[in-house]
Amino acid sequence: MAYTDQEVLAGLAEIVSEETGLPTDAVLLEKSFTDDLDIDSLSMMTIVTHAEDKFGVRIPDEDVKNLTTVGDAVTYITGAQA
Amino acid sequence: MSGATIRQATGPAYSRILGIGGVRGENVVTNDDVAGPIDSSDEWIRQRTGIVTRRRAGAQTTVLDLSEAAARKALDAAGLSGDDIDAVIVSTVTYFHQTPAAAAVLADRLGATPAAAFDVSAACAGYTYGIAQADALVRSGTARHVLVVGAEKMSDFIDPTDRSISFLLGDGAGAAIVGPSDTPGIGPTVWGSDGGKAQAIRQTHAWSDLREDPELGWPTLRQDGQTVFKWASFQMAPIAAKAMAEAGVSPGDIGAFVPHQANMRIIDQMIKQLALPDSVAVARDIAETGNTSAASIPLATERLLAEGQVGSGDLALQIGFGAGLVYAAQVIVLP
Repeated sequence: MAYTDQEVLAGLAEIVSEETGLPTDAVLLEKSFTDDLDIDSLSMMTIVTHAEDKFGVRIPDEDVKNLTTVGDAVTYITGAQA
Repeated sequence: MSGATIRQATGPAYSRILGIGGVRGENVVTNDDVAGPIDSSDEWIRQRTGIVTRRRAGAQTTVLDLSEAAARKALDAAGLSGDDIDAVIVSTVTYFHQTPAAAAVLADRLGATPAAAFDVSAACAGYTYGIAQADALVRSGTARHVLVVGAEKMSDFIDPTDRSISFLLGDGAGAAIVGPSDTPGIGPTVWGSDGGKAQAIRQTHAWSDLREDPELGWPTLRQDGQTVFKWASFQMAPIAAKAMAEAGVSPGDIGAFVPHQANMRIIDQMIKQLALPDSVAVARDIAETGNTSAASIPLATERLLAEGQVGSGDLALQIGFGAGLVYAAQVIVLP
């Protein structure tokens, strides 16, 4: 069963919160991982790995640099679902 | 067809590490010393890597010098001398000679001739690859006492302007003597490779390219940091867990966790993935020594023993991983 955008956002917010300690309601679609959420490239790989496990998708390393905002990641994950 | 039957060698049922020794490059290189050419800072390097200083050897010090100094300390710790050694394995990727092997020259320096001697190229997994081979050589009866050395002078292959790996690297050597044991001392090795990721940690160009185009200059190392971080943090933890399972122990039985000292963030993530209890002493030698590739595990182990964080007879879970990509993990009884 495919996850909806809302479900992916909620799940991603939990993962980001776990990694960074930020409240889940700070993880909004328009937020930039780097500039707004202060997530560095290594933390981003941790978040991506947990997102792959949670949503059953594969996010190649070379695509991670294109995920600038939370919204980019939500769109990528929902699109990557079979 | 000959009717004769050959005899095959058999050895003792068990092997163990009898002594460990290590040496670090004599110069302390701070983050401020390396930050300028990569437009970085002490704070950034600490936050990203956990490294405070790295140790680098002087211009005249060679991989062989480091190897010899570490080997002599390991021999002392084991209560043995060079002529007790009948096989020498040097794991290194920074020895300047294609041939002869560093191990043969080292054996001679130590008075171990005519010990069998060969080098291993398994980068940051070189030490745990060496232990796997030493264990097999002893238990097969092929050798009685094996010297395993992980030795690197990484500073010979760095580019001060490289932001990917050079600023992490240090120089040093760590050595272990493996010999027969009355009780199990080296658990099964869980090892492997993934050459599909050969470019993740690489030399900028081959020696043959340099011969064709001298303008290329001296080759140095590069890595895809994010790819390596993800692989090491999340794919190596299950390998370490498998090494515990194969040895028949659980995280609560482990006294020390000694991963290759690549990056403190990788170490922290592996601890999380393995759910190691607080009772486990974790090797964090990288903070002072930097990433010394094949030397990092024995150096970190020696520090844990010297600081009394673990004692003789305690179990250590060790895992090497690096360029290849290659990896090897085993649980050992500390000497």
